[in-house]
Amino acid sequence: MKILVTVKEVTAVDDEFEIDGLTIDDRYVTADLNEWDEYALEEAVQLSEANDDAEVVTVTIGPSDTAETIRQALAKGADRAVRIWDDALAEVGLLDPATKATLLAAVAREEDPDLVLTGVQSADDSFGATGVALADKLGMEWAAVVNALDLDTDDGTAHVHRELEGGVEELTDVELPAVLTVQTGINDPRYASLRGIRQAQSKELAAKSLDDLGLDVAAIESPLEQTSLYEPETESETTVYEGSAEETAGELATVLREVDQ
Amino acid sequence: MTVLAVAEHRRGELRDVSYELVAAGRDLATATGGDLHVAVVSGPVSEYAEKLNRDGVDAVHTVDHGEGFNHDVSVQAVEQLVDAVDPAVLLVPHTVNGLDYAPAVANRLDRPLVTDAVDLAYDDELTVTRELYGSKVETTVDVHAERGAVTVRPAEWPTAEGTGDATIEPFDATIDESQVRSTVTGFQEVGDGDVDITEADVLVSVGRGIEEEENLDLIRDLADALDATLSASRPVIDNGWLPKDRQVGQSGKVVTPDVYIAIGISGAVQHVAGMKGTDTIVAINNDPNAPIFDIADYGIVDDLFDVVPALTEEFKG
Ligand SMILES: Cc1cc2nc3c(=O)[nH]c(=O)nc-3n(C[C@H](O)[C@H](O)[C@H](O)COP(=O)(O)OP(=O)(O)OC[C@H]3O[C@@H](n4cnc5c(N)ncnc54)[C@H](O)[C@@H]3O)c2cc1C
Ligand SMILES: Nc1ncnc2c1ncn2[C@@H]1O[C@H](COP(=O)(O)O)[C@@H](O)[C@H]1O
Repeated sequence: MKILVTVKEVTAVDDEFEIDGLTIDDRYVTADLNEWDEYALEEAVQLSEANDDAEVVTVTIGPSDTAETIRQALAKGADRAVRIWDDALAEVGLLDPATKATLLAAVAREEDPDLVLTGVQSADDSFGATGVALADKLGMEWAAVVNALDLDTDDGTAHVHRELEGGVEELTDVELPAVLTVQTGINDPRYASLRGIRQAQSKELAAKSLDDLGLDVAAIESPLEQTSLYEPETESETTVYEGSAEETAGELATVLREVDQ
Repeated sequence: MTVLAVAEHRRGELRDVSYELVAAGRDLATATGGDLHVAVVSGPVSEYAEKLNRDGVDAVHTVDHGEGFNHDVSVQAVEQLVDAVDPAVLLVPHTVNGLDYAPAVANRLDRPLVTDAVDLAYDDELTVTRELYGSKVETTVDVHAERGAVTVRPAEWPTAEGTGDATIEPFDATIDESQVRSTVTGFQEVGDGDVDITEADVLVSVGRGIEEEENLDLIRDLADALDATLSASRPVIDNGWLPKDRQVGQSGKVVTPDVYIAIGISGAVQHVAGMKGTDTIVAINNDPNAPIFDIADYGIVDDLFDVVPALTEEFKG
């Protein structure tokens, strides 16, 4: 069995930051493995531990400096990794789910996995759409926002729970092979062990260009263009207390006592 | 310009977001002097169609196939409807079920898809406003195409009211059953524990800013001193530090206490969905740009590890 996990390096912006044109200045961002993808990866690694011959392969679209984040995934138990990048991709302003799905599908066709796990959404762009777009490109079945998975390979079915709004879960049977978008909380992601971190250094991390994937630049052309980036105006009338913790806590306490009357 | 909005229903009821989509679609259609069509797939569609016939709706298309939502049915039905109606803009709710079919529909129709819209404008082409980095930053996306698809964030538009004079048009979609490769077998409610956070007058709610499970005692002490109930944002629940029925938000509980004190919670849209109806919202967060301050009445921008013990001290004995 082979499980393909899509993992994205996401950026978080610092408390204070500056916008520079259509991006946030590099000085104010920190890169990390997408939270949702951590859960997808853990689910794959647990499945591989329960099934002797299972291989876990990660795939990432990202420039060479995402290698460090990819090594984190390898340290947590993925067997090898594929990284897609191309100079042409650096020119793309908005990497939308359709384009990402095209690229990821090219790798998925090469790998021919039995199961593909993605995150529900990326923490920075929050499109929430790449997984289902990928499934449809591959002609695979899918399920979005999965928070419990019971894989029945004999039967060729994934029994999943989909987490709907308002504390309701939908129980669904999905034909394999399938793409599942994984919700946080589905498992308890492990920390990388020292041994894992050491081993990750020698695991395969293959780089693929558009050419390697048999794609040309037309495949990454999108009619979507990001035209502005700005801090939202707030209409909020928040009373913000300033001073030492004792002072601010004291003022807030006064208000809370009043509200409580 | 024609707009087609697809309604959402669950377990026999239309969800509010359907009427919000009508409002969003009507704004767009009006701005361009076009028509607003609404579609509803599966379930008691005639009953739904009557309810969806709100002010400004020109046509409601019904696809009578199956009892509840199935994404394989929705994908096929909506794809065929879009071919027939040919709307410039297709609107789908940015909900768990919307996300379960919209990307596939867009892919089949080869339409660009922009998700989680908080605002829409049309001036020769469609411009979608959406948020990035957990709502800290906004961006506009121009759709350089004659036809597009958008998922619309719930609770951003008002619900459309009134009764319209739409024609109700049953649509005979051809559903290829061999392409229905998933089956919904049931539903399950997240179990309730001993505490019902929706009943509390005062909620002290804790988020990822608390860092470690051991630190929860700090928050418990405050809750005790205030005679309040403890609730949390998702990461605290995902980590197993508090039971599931303490989660506030989209996939947790919707709460409206008198006072909600958010501690180390950023204010992500899925969290805010569960508490923004609260009378008095207090936020303690060391990030002055945290979106929670957009809805807070009172705020302290400081380290919770300093502020919370000081606040507890105020209310002790
Ligand atoms: C389909 C779906 C459903 C979801 N449903 C829910 C839901 O029901 N409920 C929910 O809560 N989330 C839900 N989420 C997750 C949501 O998107 C956010 O990831 C989550 O709400 C973030 O929780 P948080 O604010 O605690 O953490 P973060 O966003 O990480 O914020 C932590 C905050 O703590 C502050 N902080 C850190 N250290 C300190 C300190 N020492 N002192 C003071 N402040 C500090 C930081 O500045 C930051 O603002 C859902 C997501 C999806 C995709
Ligand atoms: N650049 C990327 N590289 C690899 N996987 C990605 C990338 N972008 C998105 N994904 C996957 O798709 C999921 C949903 O992302 P999004 O649609 O961007 O919100 C993420 O959780 C990842 O698993």
